[in-house]
Amino acid sequence: MKVLVPVKRVVDYNVKVRVKADETDVDLANVKMSMNPFDEIAVEEAVRLKEKGIVSEVVAVSCGPAACQDTLRSAMAMGADRGILVESDGELQPLAVAKLLKAVCEKEGPSLLICGKQAIDDDSNQTGQMLAALMDWPQATFASKVELAADKVTVTREIDGGLETLAMALPAVVTTDLRLNEPRYATLPNIMKAKKKPLDTIAADTLGVDIAPRLKTIKVSEPPKRAGGVKVADVADLLNKLRNEAKVI
Amino acid sequence: MAVLVLAEHDNKSLKAATLNTIAAAIKLSGDVDVLVAGEGCAEVAARVAALQGVKRVLVVDNAAYGDQAAEPLAKLVVSLAANYSHLLGPSSSYGKNTMPRVAALLDVAQISDIVGVVSEDTFVRPIYAGNALATVVSSDAKKVITVRSTAFDPVADGASAAVENAAAADAAKKSDLVGRELTKSERPELGAAKVVVSGGRGLGSGESFKSIMEPLADKLGAAIGASRAAVDAGFVSNDCQVGQTGKIVAPQLYIAVGMSGAIQHLAGMKDSKVIVAINKDPDAPIFQVADYGLVADLFEAVPQLTASL
Repeated sequence: MKVLVPVKRVVDYNVKVRVKADETDVDLANVKMSMNPFDEIAVEEAVRLKEKGIVSEVVAVSCGPAACQDTLRSAMAMGADRGILVESDGELQPLAVAKLLKAVCEKEGPSLLICGKQAIDDDSNQTGQMLAALMDWPQATFASKVELAADKVTVTREIDGGLETLAMALPAVVTTDLRLNEPRYATLPNIMKAKKKPLDTIAADTLGVDIAPRLKTIKVSEPPKRAGGVKVADVADLLNKLRNEAKVI
Repeated sequence: MAVLVLAEHDNKSLKAATLNTIAAAIKLSGDVDVLVAGEGCAEVAARVAALQGVKRVLVVDNAAYGDQAAEPLAKLVVSLAANYSHLLGPSSSYGKNTMPRVAALLDVAQISDIVGVVSEDTFVRPIYAGNALATVVSSDAKKVITVRSTAFDPVADGASAAVENAAAADAAKKSDLVGRELTKSERPELGAAKVVVSGGRGLGSGESFKSIMEPLADKLGAAIGASRAAVDAGFVSNDCQVGQTGKIVAPQLYIAVGMSGAIQHLAGMKDSKVIVAINKDPDAPIFQVADYGLVADLFEAVPQLTASL
């Protein structure tokens, strides 16, 4: 069984992002880039399924500029068997990525696609659901547990108010939530091995899909800052402030 | 042109985020219809009909929509889309699950998690965990939108809209609901509560989380939240998590207990009206956003606070 795992190259989780002075974008010059953390969880899950012997091949896919090769190598260092770069230098929005992934799915014929529930740059939380709709596949978003069998997948999802378990036939799309697993660190030998794994590049414009951005960002601004408040001396002082100054209790 | 809002409910009661989503819709059009799709959901439809600003309630009562699965629901919304310029859902786990499918089937972008409506085609939304706000213009003929509920004041009761039945669409199910484990609580919904008391890793264990936080929540009629660290440590269930990837809250009063204030947590609560932080570490980042900071041992301060209320 083949599993496809899309991975996105994003600003590293630990970078404090700043807005540019001209308010056109955030400043991404010289910041560290890494694999989107939710996608790491997706790679980890796919690799674990392979280690359990249920999955035979894990294919990582990334859509974006040539630098996404690094992200694919990271996925291969974690255990993905090969990588596919769908190369495009322009801005790719979730609908465009879903269409590119659809073209890749049609070519590769995976039984399961596992992807992160959202990317930590645009926080869209769309691509997995969009791909599932375009393929007319079932979806299980925000997964905290995945049980894969030969012809179906049972997924526990984190929903508002608790957990929900869905069972669905394959092929299907699963998007990962934080508690699905803890991704492994790639070891040095595996990083070296990953360099020799196959990585194919497909030019996005050869896939015959419309990837033009539909949303234009006209301004990026700092959110209103919260002024730090005061320290109170003790519980009595706190209560006094809440009652008489803030008037919230 | 008219605007359609997808109501979130469990067939019995309407979820509060729907009220905020309707409020956002009213900023786009005076002509707001609300879709209530479910099974045996007449009570919900009646509740929606009483909300101010709603023109028509479309009810689709069909077993296919009973468990709110995204696949048939998205097709239903698409089947109604011709009459609407904008399709809105709450940015809750329900809306996030369904609306991107709607957008893809209509071949339009989704504008996720909006916090502001500038015009019919221009919206403000947070990016990078709320570290920046992007103003985006959509070039699509139809706009599919999810709405961050804390950014819009809920609509009130006091109207009576027409309730009409609408036809089901391709209702083929693509998944089976095996079960749900919902946290039962007498407390208010986290996303809609006026007061939230929220605990972090500093509480040390699930037992102390319960014994320290619950009496405080009871006294204040508050919902209980938690940091990711507290959830990952198993102190409380995942649905309590406040933050970038959990729930976004903006209550009148947010009391953060024993948490450092990681940026991902702040993203979920920094729009609260008044923030109180109780932490023994005076350098914890949470104090930089707190209106009132109390540097104290939470195991002494919180019970004292609870007793004084």
